[in-house]
Amino acid sequence: IEIHKLRQGDNLILGFSIGGGIDQDPTQNPFSEDKTDKGIYVTRVTEGGPAEVAGLQIGDKIMQVNGWDMTMVTHDQARKRLTKRNEEVVRLLVTRQSLQKAVQQSLMS
Amino acid sequence: MDNESQYSGYSYKSGHSRSSRKHRDRRDRHRSKSRDGSRGDKSVTIQAPGEPLLDNESTRGDERDDNWGETTTVVTGTSEHSISHDDITRITKDMEDSAHLDCSRHLGVSLAGALALLAFLTPLAFMLLPQLLWREELEPCGTPCEGLFISVAFKLLILLLGSWALFFRRPKAFFPRVFIFRALLMVLVFLLVVSYWLFYGVRILDSRDRNYQGVVQFAVSLVDALLLVNYRFYNVGHLSIQRAAVWILENYYHDFPVYNPALLNLPKSVLSKKMSGFKVYSLGEGRDNSHNEYYYEEAEHERRVRKRRARLVVAVEEAFTHIKRLQEEDQKNPREIMDPREAAQAIFASMARAMQKYLRTTKQQPYHTMESILQHLEFCITHDMTPKAFLERYLTAGPTIQYHKDRWLAKQWTLVSEEPVTNGLKDGVVFVLKRQDFSLVVSTKKIPFFKLSEEFVDPKSHKFVMRLQSETSV
Repeated sequence: IEIHKLRQGDNLILGFSIGGGIDQDPTQNPFSEDKTDKGIYVTRVTEGGPAEVAGLQIGDKIMQVNGWDMTMVTHDQARKRLTKRNEEVVRLLVTRQSLQKAVQQSLMS
Repeated sequence: MDNESQYSGYSYKSGHSRSSRKHRDRRDRHRSKSRDGSRGDKSVTIQAPGEPLLDNESTRGDERDDNWGETTTVVTGTSEHSISHDDITRITKDMEDSAHLDCSRHLGVSLAGALALLAFLTPLAFMLLPQLLWREELEPCGTPCEGLFISVAFKLLILLLGSWALFFRRPKAFFPRVFIFRALLMVLVFLLVVSYWLFYGVRILDSRDRNYQGVVQFAVSLVDALLLVNYRFYNVGHLSIQRAAVWILENYYHDFPVYNPALLNLPKSVLSKKMSGFKVYSLGEGRDNSHNEYYYEEAEHERRVRKRRARLVVAVEEAFTHIKRLQEEDQKNPREIMDPREAAQAIFASMARAMQKYLRTTKQQPYHTMESILQHLEFCITHDMTPKAFLERYLTAGPTIQYHKDRWLAKQWTLVSEEPVTNGLKDGVVFVLKRQDFSLVVSTKKIPFFKLSEEFVDPKSHKFVMRLQSETSV
């Protein structure tokens, strides 16, 4: 669960790139464990940007944005939800491989 | 056994079998019991003179003393598989003698013709005899009889044409055995004719039947029966082993490259090392390196062939440039105009040496005499062929049928099979077709049964989408 801040250039930017979507080919996703996963993944994080500052990492899968579900959206819809002009703060629900493993380990022990 | 194979040598394709059936029929009556043994005859060979020759050779080998023990085994080994020139001439002479079987073929044809003629004339006889013998007593028979006459005439015509097609087609081969199915059919025909005659003799001639129309109808029925049997001949296509053998031989002559015995042997250097009279012990290496030598020989030979071939191609190409077809507009001195033969001779000299060397390297020189090369060259010049077309015949070994008849050697093939050769062809049957110097081992395989199903594809169903993986920065 992360919170980001937007920085103003001319546009509001978040400082990362996304890939994936239900209209995309999931087998080419290098970050997903399950190759049929059509969710939105973080493919790049710009250095020093708000995303990095907030702790977003490359390979994270974005589950929700400000309450909107991101697991079954097209690439373009995802982009739109992230770049709404009137929003300054964007809250993302994110899942990460390492987190999953940690949770599993703690459950087992 | 030889006796049996000779008598069962009356076997021909199609119609000729008619006579042999009748012939065999007669023989069957004479010696039915002794013939049953021949049915189980496994291999059919007419190669009787072959055996004694081999025995002579092998005994000669054993008389040598022990020092030559090694060579004895090797020599007798080869003598079983290769026959010297003298033996070949001796064998071919014996083959000529066995050509007396040919006159049996003519005998067969005449017998077949006799049976056919008999079957043909029977209906006519049936119809004519009442007219001749007791004309006064017959009832008058008007239109129906005339209609029947016309139908008989046409049916006999068809029968005649069918029989002509069966008899006067040249047989492709001389089969060692008769066809069982055709034999049965011929027996059927014979019985048919005989039974009709018996019936006729007893019921009609003796009792002097008044009803002429009935007699004519009886004759018509016989003609119908004969027609039916005639068409049965064409339907009996069940392929027996011997017919398959002939078919294979035909295809072998035009599909397979010609057999060149000179190409099969190991190069002389390797062979002589193996066959020397002394046991060679090499103390140093102790290993047999002849495979190495063989490899290098092969590579060397390959290189030599390619070099000679290149020289030949160049020579031929150049030679062909010296010749030009005379155009009408050209004004040439009449002395310079040549016909194809002279043209061929003129350019042959420049390529002769290269050709000869190439043929010698590829061991093809027995197949092409100088005369044949000249003739081929003349042929190519006449038809405006390119040098490449002229060379095709010499650069690759062609099928046997391409060469002169002498190279086909004997048309005498022997069929060796474990099953009786008139058996039907089944999956996995193996038989051997032997000639004097080599043999073909044929094994048959059944083509699988194909189950074809259909599937309809709507042309509109061909749709495609792009495989995307886009990345957007936010």
